[in-house]
Amino acid sequence: MKNPVLQFHSSLLMIWTMVALLAVCARVGFAKSEDTAGSDHHHHRHYAELAKVPEKARARSNPIAEDPDATVAGRKLFEQHCAECHGSTAEGGRRAPSLRAEEVQRATPGTLFWILTNGVVRRGMPVWSKLPEPQRWQIVTYVKSLGIREKKKANDEEVKPVKDEHIQPRMRAAGSVQKP
Amino acid sequence: MWAMKKNNNTPVRRLALYALVLAAWLIRPAAAQESPYIVTYDHYLEEPGNLEIEYFSTFGTQRGASDFHAFWVEFEYGATAWWTTTGYLDGQTTLNDSTLFTGFRWENRIRLLQREHFINPVVYIEYEQKNGADKILKEVEGHDAESDYAERNASLRNELDHELELKLLLSKTFKGWNFAVNPLAGKNLSPSHPWEFGYAVGASRPLALKASANWCNLCLENFIAGVEMYGGLGDAHSFGLHDTSHYLAPAVAWNLPSGWTLRLSPGFGLNDNSHRLLLRWGLSHEFSGFGEMVSRLFGGH
Repeated sequence: MKNPVLQFHSSLLMIWTMVALLAVCARVGFAKSEDTAGSDHHHHRHYAELAKVPEKARARSNPIAEDPDATVAGRKLFEQHCAECHGSTAEGGRRAPSLRAEEVQRATPGTLFWILTNGVVRRGMPVWSKLPEPQRWQIVTYVKSLGIREKKKANDEEVKPVKDEHIQPRMRAAGSVQKP
Repeated sequence: MWAMKKNNNTPVRRLALYALVLAAWLIRPAAAQESPYIVTYDHYLEEPGNLEIEYFSTFGTQRGASDFHAFWVEFEYGATAWWTTTGYLDGQTTLNDSTLFTGFRWENRIRLLQREHFINPVVYIEYEQKNGADKILKEVEGHDAESDYAERNASLRNELDHELELKLLLSKTFKGWNFAVNPLAGKNLSPSHPWEFGYAVGASRPLALKASANWCNLCLENFIAGVEMYGGLGDAHSFGLHDTSHYLAPAVAWNLPSGWTLRLSPGFGLNDNSHRLLLRWGLSHEFSGFGEMVSRLFGGH
């Protein structure tokens, strides 16, 4: 094995083995996310997690609910960390459910904060306690500001309007949302 | 073949560059919130389906021989929310000597608990195939000492090691502070070598806990500062803090909204067995949706 050519070939072989394993892991990871986020049925299983939040955590109130910048900062954080799975409008996608569903919007701020902090690891939602607590509350403030939007049915237009009209001008002023 | 005298354009660096360019072209960037640690691990794993490509450099001083520049490229993939798998390619340049590829590693981190707890354990399992010239000092274990690195590359590269490394990553975030403790045990897979032990501990905190309303690169919340300490704990025959090296390293990470993270960490040797200075920096970029892209290549939808 001390021959540099043999060592080179051995390393190449191992590198390709690693690449193949990475590809398999990617496939497994995708299959997992597809499995857990691919249908309404699975999304309902996600929403069922909201009911498992401890009572004490549910009762927590949002300490920055009155902060005028919280929604705008929360939108920025949402776009940075959440939109890749939940979609830029928070209406969900292949990888994660809608946050504008009634189940989420009717949940208390404390419930959403707890889910954000602890994740739902077995369903693909990572733990977000690496974001400082005030930033997690900012995200919760933004999500709660979005309001309920029912899922579009086939050939139907949107059912309910968004309730965040009042924050749009502030977001435009802060440069975190594009003009329509 | 791998030793290219005074050639700074090594395969590892070229691969890192190609990988970054290709990934930037193919995949969407994702904003990262990386810790400043370079040796210590906290309990946070890669988001599922995301790929993070990282390049790290270590400039080390060497008493009694030439200083060196060691570097590695890292491909970190979130396979699931509880499992992150990472491949490493290592290399080094020793001044007045040569540049060479020194080996590869395959690391897996597995989260044990579903929710956040007072302490959050993650199991770390790594296989390494490296030669004796490896100088990246990604961890210190056993009786590692500065003098081990003083020989010339030509003789060091003839030693080929297969190693298994196990770590328990314990971490807690409280009021914005992260505290992490990583005990480690490593075993050279040849039977004559004993188990070796080491440690890494770290603490870090973002410079601002609240996010500002504006998109900005220089906002305080984008910077995380911290300090880490790492060193050896001897081996199964001689356990303890003696006859090994220890380092203290302040560290800072700058997380840009575009998905790039820059880390800087000067590490200072704490005893005569340690290098006096290990100046480290790293650049990383996180890409979202890599899993879906690979899946499509393999016939997924």
